[in-house]
Amino acid sequence: MNSALIIIFLAAALALVLGVLAHGGKKMTLEQWTVGGRGFGGFLVFLLSAGEIYTTFTFLGGSGWAYGRGAAAYYILAYGTLAYITSYWLLPPIWRYARKERLVSQPHFFARKYDSPALGALVAAIGVVALVPYLVLQFKGLGIIVSIASYGAISSTQAIWIGAAIVTIYVMISGVHGSAWTSTVKDFLILAVAIFLGVYLPFHYYGGYGDMFRAIDAANPGFLSFKPSGTGTGSILWFQSTILLTALGFYMWPHAFGAVFTAKAERAFRRNAIVLPLYQLVLLFVFFCGFAAILKVPGLKGDEIDQSLFKLSIDTFDPWFVGVIGAAGVLTALVPGSMILIAGSTLFANDLLRGLRPETSEETVALTARGLVPIIALVAVYFTLQGGQTIVALLLMGYSFVTQFFPAALCSLMPNNPITRIGAFVGILFGAATVAIVSITHSTIGTLLPFLPNAMNDINVGFVALILNVIAAGIVSALTQPAAVAKPSRG
Amino acid sequence: MSKISWLAAVPALAILIGTAFVNSVEPLLFGMPLVLAWLVIWVVITAAVMAIIFASDPVNAESEDRDQGAPR
Repeated sequence: MNSALIIIFLAAALALVLGVLAHGGKKMTLEQWTVGGRGFGGFLVFLLSAGEIYTTFTFLGGSGWAYGRGAAAYYILAYGTLAYITSYWLLPPIWRYARKERLVSQPHFFARKYDSPALGALVAAIGVVALVPYLVLQFKGLGIIVSIASYGAISSTQAIWIGAAIVTIYVMISGVHGSAWTSTVKDFLILAVAIFLGVYLPFHYYGGYGDMFRAIDAANPGFLSFKPSGTGTGSILWFQSTILLTALGFYMWPHAFGAVFTAKAERAFRRNAIVLPLYQLVLLFVFFCGFAAILKVPGLKGDEIDQSLFKLSIDTFDPWFVGVIGAAGVLTALVPGSMILIAGSTLFANDLLRGLRPETSEETVALTARGLVPIIALVAVYFTLQGGQTIVALLLMGYSFVTQFFPAALCSLMPNNPITRIGAFVGILFGAATVAIVSITHSTIGTLLPFLPNAMNDINVGFVALILNVIAAGIVSALTQPAAVAKPSRG
Repeated sequence: MSKISWLAAVPALAILIGTAFVNSVEPLLFGMPLVLAWLVIWVVITAAVMAIIFASDPVNAESEDRDQGAPR
């Protein structure tokens, strides 16, 4: 075992110890386990939200896309900013409602708002489907880090199994409390490592940012700006439709929705809307790492682009420092990975199981939620080993699913909800079915609707599904309105 | 929403729409391609705008107790 691997495993062990300590002998009810007893202050909520956003996706996926796709990666900087702007007005009413009704999950929210357990079950099912690619990308990141840091001694498959085991043990022991504490360590480490690499690599290899970008631009004209219209991913229309889709979906992830419930006071969200956009700038340094790798470790193709940051690090630094970078990377996969596992298992136990059998006791639900953790992890390991997709492509697929919840969530917060229970159900089902068909058949707008002008091909397909969702919800709501007036829904 | 809240639309539109009009590499700004620098500038302005909105929103002036309970 080399020093890089030793440091990486020490970091994982530290995360486990912190998780066990955070557990602290407290009695773990379902509410304790999933939303931390609703007692976290602004600072911890901030760390938790930051913890979810700065994941393997940012660290390896962000640099990978800068390396392989160029300007298309800029979307990652833009969509979070749009989401934080809306969070100022979107999150406080969601939090207030969840607190009043003592909700622990996102399907709970929809079921209560629309007075429809069926809608809750649908949201739970789609939520689990969307979480799988998100969990897959964390495992994929763990696999890349551990196998490259071992200089080939550990295969990528073994690394994925090791990573999945650590995440599972960690979650089963401590639930969300573990996430909050490891998040503290992880945030410090990822900030320090990303900023250091983003400054060091461009200056070490090119003498500065301007020189680096000029060199890339000369070798690869057009790579650093958005592509002309009609070229799909990386064009302006792709950028616009993608940031709109992902900004609206930002808080619609089951675990992100769940993190909203952990706050002690709603002011925390409004304060975070000021600070979190600045925190985004860390991404810039991650991009610089990917850009620095373009001319130094050329030739990575397909989903290998996710390895660019790590490959360049191996070529540049001593093993012990590669270990530090790897440790930061492992923690950025552990924290979100644990949040996703908690969200997925709670969705199943609390929203599907209890939804079907309402008499199920609190203890049984809590026990089932824990028991499901290793099962969901195994499913994700299966899909991770199938491989093929880049980290960013995996996340965009998940986003296409969760954004389908946005219209129904937004409407439910209005004083007079314009859409009915059936309208919301049909809209979400229609949108999610469109995303599923597109993901399975790998369609684009061009192949689905060949009569449209070529420029329309640039629009993100998830965005098209969202439009179909809204149209379907609108039509069905108009048709079912009289029934809704006769029997007004709660909330 | 108060009038000052609409200020938030400025950075949102600059990022969503404005980016299309600065889509070039040269001139480099802060050593970055122009279009990337444009996004960075608006991320920083977003934080400033949200701080102005936060400071002027009477909701945030209330005590932490009221913040937790009272409907408005």
